[in-house]
Amino acid sequence: MIKAILIFNNHGKPRLSKFYQPYSEDTQQQIIRETFHLVSKRDENVCNFLEGLLIGESDNKLIYRHYATLYFVFCVDSSESELGILDLIQVFVETLDKCFENVCELDLIFHVDKVHNILAEMVMGGMVLETNMNEIVTQIDAQNKLEKSEAGLAEALACAVSAVKNMNLPEIPRNINIGDISIKVLNLPSFK
Amino acid sequence: MMVPSLKLPDLIQEIRGAKTQAQEREVIQKECAYIRASFRDGDPLQRHRQLAKLLYVHMLGYPAHFGQMECLKLIASPRFTDKRVGYLGAMLLLDERHDAHLLITNSIKNDLSQGSQPVRGLALCTLSTMGSAEMCRNLATEVERLLLQESSSYVLKKAILTAVHMIRKDPELASIFLPPCSKLLHECHHGKAPHSLLQVWLWTDIVKNKPGAPAHRTRVVPQLVQILRTLVTTGCSTEHSISGVSDPFLQVKILHLLRILGRNHEESSETMNDLLAQVATNTDTSRNAGNAVLFETVLTIMDIHSAAGLRVLAVNILGRFLLNNDKNIRYVALTSLLRLVQSDHSAVQRHRPTVVECLQDTDASLSRRALELSLTLVNSSNVRTMTQELQTFLETCPIDLRADCASGILLAAERFAPTKRWHIDTILHVLTTAGAHVQDDAVANLTQLIGGAQELHAYSVRRLYTALAKDISQQPFVQVAAWCIGEYGDLLLEGSCEETEPPQVEEEEVLALLEKVLQSHMSLPATRGYAITALMKLSTRFQDNNRIRQVVSIYGSCVDVELQQRAVEYSTLFRKYDHMRAAILEKMPLVERGGPQVDEEAKESKEVPQLLEATVPDTAEPQATKLLDLLDLLDGMSRDSQHPVSLDSTPGNALVHPLDLPCATPPPASIPNLKVFEREGVQLNLSFTRPPGAPALLLVTVTTTNSSGGDVTHFICQAAVPKSFQLQLQAPSGDTVPAQGDLPITQIFRILNPNKAPLRLKLRLTYNHFGQEVQEIFEVNNLPVETWQ
Repeated sequence: MIKAILIFNNHGKPRLSKFYQPYSEDTQQQIIRETFHLVSKRDENVCNFLEGLLIGESDNKLIYRHYATLYFVFCVDSSESELGILDLIQVFVETLDKCFENVCELDLIFHVDKVHNILAEMVMGGMVLETNMNEIVTQIDAQNKLEKSEAGLAEALACAVSAVKNMNLPEIPRNINIGDISIKVLNLPSFK
Repeated sequence: MMVPSLKLPDLIQEIRGAKTQAQEREVIQKECAYIRASFRDGDPLQRHRQLAKLLYVHMLGYPAHFGQMECLKLIASPRFTDKRVGYLGAMLLLDERHDAHLLITNSIKNDLSQGSQPVRGLALCTLSTMGSAEMCRNLATEVERLLLQESSSYVLKKAILTAVHMIRKDPELASIFLPPCSKLLHECHHGKAPHSLLQVWLWTDIVKNKPGAPAHRTRVVPQLVQILRTLVTTGCSTEHSISGVSDPFLQVKILHLLRILGRNHEESSETMNDLLAQVATNTDTSRNAGNAVLFETVLTIMDIHSAAGLRVLAVNILGRFLLNNDKNIRYVALTSLLRLVQSDHSAVQRHRPTVVECLQDTDASLSRRALELSLTLVNSSNVRTMTQELQTFLETCPIDLRADCASGILLAAERFAPTKRWHIDTILHVLTTAGAHVQDDAVANLTQLIGGAQELHAYSVRRLYTALAKDISQQPFVQVAAWCIGEYGDLLLEGSCEETEPPQVEEEEVLALLEKVLQSHMSLPATRGYAITALMKLSTRFQDNNRIRQVVSIYGSCVDVELQQRAVEYSTLFRKYDHMRAAILEKMPLVERGGPQVDEEAKESKEVPQLLEATVPDTAEPQATKLLDLLDLLDGMSRDSQHPVSLDSTPGNALVHPLDLPCATPPPASIPNLKVFEREGVQLNLSFTRPPGAPALLLVTVTTTNSSGGDVTHFICQAAVPKSFQLQLQAPSGDTVPAQGDLPITQIFRILNPNKAPLRLKLRLTYNHFGQEVQEIFEVNNLPVETWQ
């Protein structure tokens, strides 16, 4: 079972954190810090497996991959195949690439919720749900379309309302004095 | 007029723009206040944006619990956008520890029964991530219904995984899911592949929780075998394949399940044999995916009752992987070999050289695994070379591995030492290299070993002396050296020893060295204790006592209480009891090995892996395990030579009451027994044995029985023999003999008779019987001739 999935950059800032077991917020932050500590010390050409010491459980392993500026770390227990998880990380990154067109760290930063949605299609409840990239992308696209159609309607409505609210009628002079004719113009109420 | 809220990207931009931690906190606090306000009375259409921002802030580590109720509201809303963010929020913010999580049970129920496909998917996803046992019980029937009736495979997959999660949370639910599961597997077998992976998950969990479901096993195993066969033989379908291997995840999972099913079951194992052989030979190992499948196959082969040829194949595959350049593969190979070594020891031995090479690897994870594996591979034929390798490793290994390595080497040396000298050398080497990391009983073991090897006394004391002269910082080593020099100091001066070149050592140098140890700030109090006792012993071995007397009296005012006590006692020994000094400070007799050692040897094969994991305790306590028999002082036949047992000034290093000594059962007797004493129903019988290999040693077992009506309590038996003999009394099995003779007391005497002089034995008994104190002293007559010839 996968216990946690973490993505953080070379300085330890978390870009995504998903825990599949209940931990308190403090514990979660501590786990992120400790994991970063352990993983950043590793050399480039050593194996990708670390004996994890997370929160007292002795059979936890950290399986990580380093892509450019990001570390993808999966914390798993002994029932998972290590090489299988390595493949899973690769599939995950490739899916992100497909959804975001040449994904880079900025994409992950500004679209955290989308990354969460993609991850939710792949790993559910700590177990691998779907590994076929095309399937995942299809599902994500369908959901996005649904959101857009809903949002489209509401958006249009909201835009209209706010546009009218912000309309600023130009100040109309109260008295137009054209020679002898004095025409009193009514005080038009402004829209609120 | 409301300030337009920041969109999520803008918020992120702002947070990133903050130059300091304080600035970032400010931005976030402002935004959180705004979010809170908008939750209270803000536009419902914008709520999901607010929650999205809150979730981002939560990821950075700031408190976000006020968003929990918002999640509930969003989940209840009919819009998909809201639900999406709401469920995500529920997964991140709510969990079992908050009572609020039960509130979403109803929403999930509604969504599961009436929602559209994506909505159902969302609900299942959330349920499987944060569903507590309570929630699972409430929603189990819903999920089961989905399993039976759902047509969309997308939702079906999620339902299956949710079922797995539920079974994990509450194993009772496994029975609910069994029928739908069989139905699904049946369908799967007929070609509907998409949800197979999850099927297998579900089955794995069900089987784990209900191991006694044999009927299903017979049905399931052939189906699984069929699925796997199709996967392996047909050409890869591109949709689920990864680098050329068709759906490796599924293959691995099926193999894992087959392993569980076939573990103790002969029939299932039969059906799997061919398939496993096929997979093992056909899988392409040039890519990671293929290797993953192969490893799983190997593990499965080892766990089930497979054919012998198959097992050999498996070990060979692992051996091949050990030679691979990829470190990941090597790591996994080492892990698998560690699992195999207990069942297939000889097969793994063949790969020993490669494993030893991995020790030298710079990668910490690899060398740790290699160390564990190497320690299990040591046996009597390769012990010399392996210990050599391990010692080289000990010198260079990282600190956290040192303790394990040191204790491993010592253990291996104890079990397989070819000669005593080699054993002593090895322990010495380990102590000098990694002295601070060894366990406490290493000191005790070494002293015992040296004490037992009489022919090596001179050799060991010389080596210890030379090494000590170079370096006095490694505490356990210093303790052993001090003890040895104390005991065998005279051999050190003698100058004749065949095994090493005799360095010319003067008394002065030896005393100076011991004083240096005493004074050094690196020495622990225990070490100082050893040193001062050693000095004291040397007073009988060396000529010059003045220096020793001076040093000892100086320490009479030492701050450390233990040291002070010893020093005062020794000074008193010099002054008032000088006549007894020689007797007290004689060479120590061969110390009995304590109980724990005996048990360890009996269980060695099972315990090696666990022993490797043992942690090293912090402080060394050499006192606790030394065994000294004080009743050795019973020389001569005089009655007042019987010192009370609790004599304070001990020449040894520990004060262990003789009653702590365990009683070893004596081998069967071949010399006739002797009844030596009878009074009012209390009888004393002696039985004699000579252990093979020690002709001068006689074991006498004294058995006290009570056939009278009253109990015998506080029973003490003491013995005395002529001066030329050496007598050791072991602890009696008790000091009470109940009435009517149920449980006799037994006690063993060890009598060493190197001169084969006639044996005379005098016994003194004290006990309470019928309310009276009884004391009897008598000499044992009619000792059979065999006892001393």
